[in-house]
Amino acid sequence: MGRFFIALSALCCAVIVAMTAFVLGDIAYFGWEKLTLSFLLAAPEQGMAAGGIFPAIFGTFFLVLIMTVAVIPLGVMTAVYLNEYAPKHSRLVQWVRLAIANLSGVPAIVFGLFGLGFFIDFVGKGMDAAFFGSRLVFGQPAILWAALTLALLTLPTVVVATEEALRAIPDSHREVAYSLGATRLQMVRRVVLPQAIGGILTGGILAVSRGAGEVAPILFTGAAYFLPYLPKKLNDQFMELGYHIYVMATQSPDVEATKPILYSTVFVLLALTFVLNFTAIWVRSRIRRRLRLAK
Amino acid sequence: MNAPGGLFIEALAVRAGDKELLKPFSLRVDRGEILGVIGPAGSGKSTLLRVLNRLVDLDDGLSVSGTVQLDGANILGPEVDVPSVRKRIGIVFSVQVPLPMSIYDNLAFGPRLAGVTDPGGLGTLMEESLRAAYLWDEVEDRLREPASNLSGGQQQRMCLARTLMLRPEVLLLDEPCSGLDPISTAKIEEALQGLKKRMAVILVTNNVKQASRVADKTAFLLMGELVECGPTQDLFTNPKHKRTEEYITGRFG
Repeated sequence: MGRFFIALSALCCAVIVAMTAFVLGDIAYFGWEKLTLSFLLAAPEQGMAAGGIFPAIFGTFFLVLIMTVAVIPLGVMTAVYLNEYAPKHSRLVQWVRLAIANLSGVPAIVFGLFGLGFFIDFVGKGMDAAFFGSRLVFGQPAILWAALTLALLTLPTVVVATEEALRAIPDSHREVAYSLGATRLQMVRRVVLPQAIGGILTGGILAVSRGAGEVAPILFTGAAYFLPYLPKKLNDQFMELGYHIYVMATQSPDVEATKPILYSTVFVLLALTFVLNFTAIWVRSRIRRRLRLAK
Repeated sequence: MNAPGGLFIEALAVRAGDKELLKPFSLRVDRGEILGVIGPAGSGKSTLLRVLNRLVDLDDGLSVSGTVQLDGANILGPEVDVPSVRKRIGIVFSVQVPLPMSIYDNLAFGPRLAGVTDPGGLGTLMEESLRAAYLWDEVEDRLREPASNLSGGQQQRMCLARTLMLRPEVLLLDEPCSGLDPISTAKIEEALQGLKKRMAVILVTNNVKQASRVADKTAFLLMGELVECGPTQDLFTNPKHKRTEEYITGRFG
């Protein structure tokens, strides 16, 4: 019996490895040939059947940049409040933690609808009515709203990673700071945050790699099918890699002609998220090692 | 009235719910003397120090009553500025806790909080504190190294120097030599003899012999109760209570 189960679990592991290898191999094999510098730097042409994907790459980076600027401060401050300021075991903390845990379980498409309803229809239209004489400026899909929607989606990642880093800091360090006359703010700024910076960075990178691949939240909030220009302002629409893949796979007039480009685009998106994930893992392992040494 | 720089504890008691961690007692320690506090584990020695440094504020569910006067002002009062109390009443913990930064930054931590940043002033203060902690000769050339490079005994003396950087009026030590080698222990004990000229010192120790070597006055705590307190010589040669005698002769605890 024992040997049977060992063989069975080994088989399960093999299936996982084989599937990952197949997906990666398939994409690398078919995506490789079209992958040239000019492909990365050119705009799509002939209904996406030719040309490159530069606007989508640019849009993805721009989107993720705004998202990061929004999600890091919000997530870090939330985690610092929960871990350093809020009374332990308080009702409020329990509710906030529950809310964050649930947030990470909400389907991405729901975030998209929320972004449409809240950011565009409520905040955006409200801003237009208040500041622009009801001219359509912010009350429409835009990179800002898409980025903020993604920020909400990735918020739990940042909060959880930061909290983990904060919990790894021994309480004795906090007590030393207090015993030397630190206020709570000084303690947080000089003892806690410097030690948590790696965890915050890890959370940020994981959030970016998650956010870069999500399509559903930006579907209604700002991603465009095709744009002849690059986004320059916060209320511009934008092209994005994940959405571009979806568009090419389902909306292209000539699916067969688009296929090689589709493969290469998937390859670029995967490479991007892998690089980010590996960076996060590397940063985290370095920090763990440093923490072990410090103890 | 107590002498300047002294600590005057009156009717101090600490409760956690129904449990009395410290039963009401009074005690004083003046500048120029070391008060040794002995007693078995769980007798409230560390709780006492945490009250005096107001670290007790961080502990949930403890209620403190009574007064502790420093220069005639009650440091337990609700309107007291707690960080400034902690600067005046320094504490060294039983486990050495170097912050993950250089020796220099560890030592400068307290003064920098108070806004002292000029390197000249910090340097003078640092030499003074490190000399007082008998560590200067060993770290003079390596102040920029991570504090974790120091040996355990050196780290503990660095923690002492870090506390001294604030020129406290009262120094609390919570079993500062537990886990240290005899040489480091001797250096810390020697340092305390110099330091008591400038401040009042309270030394909590599990080591009865250490109290008899170092302390001018000794207090014996048992299960949160102050059994007796008197000049060290008297307490050790002629204890008033049977429990004290049993403890110092090692019959229990």
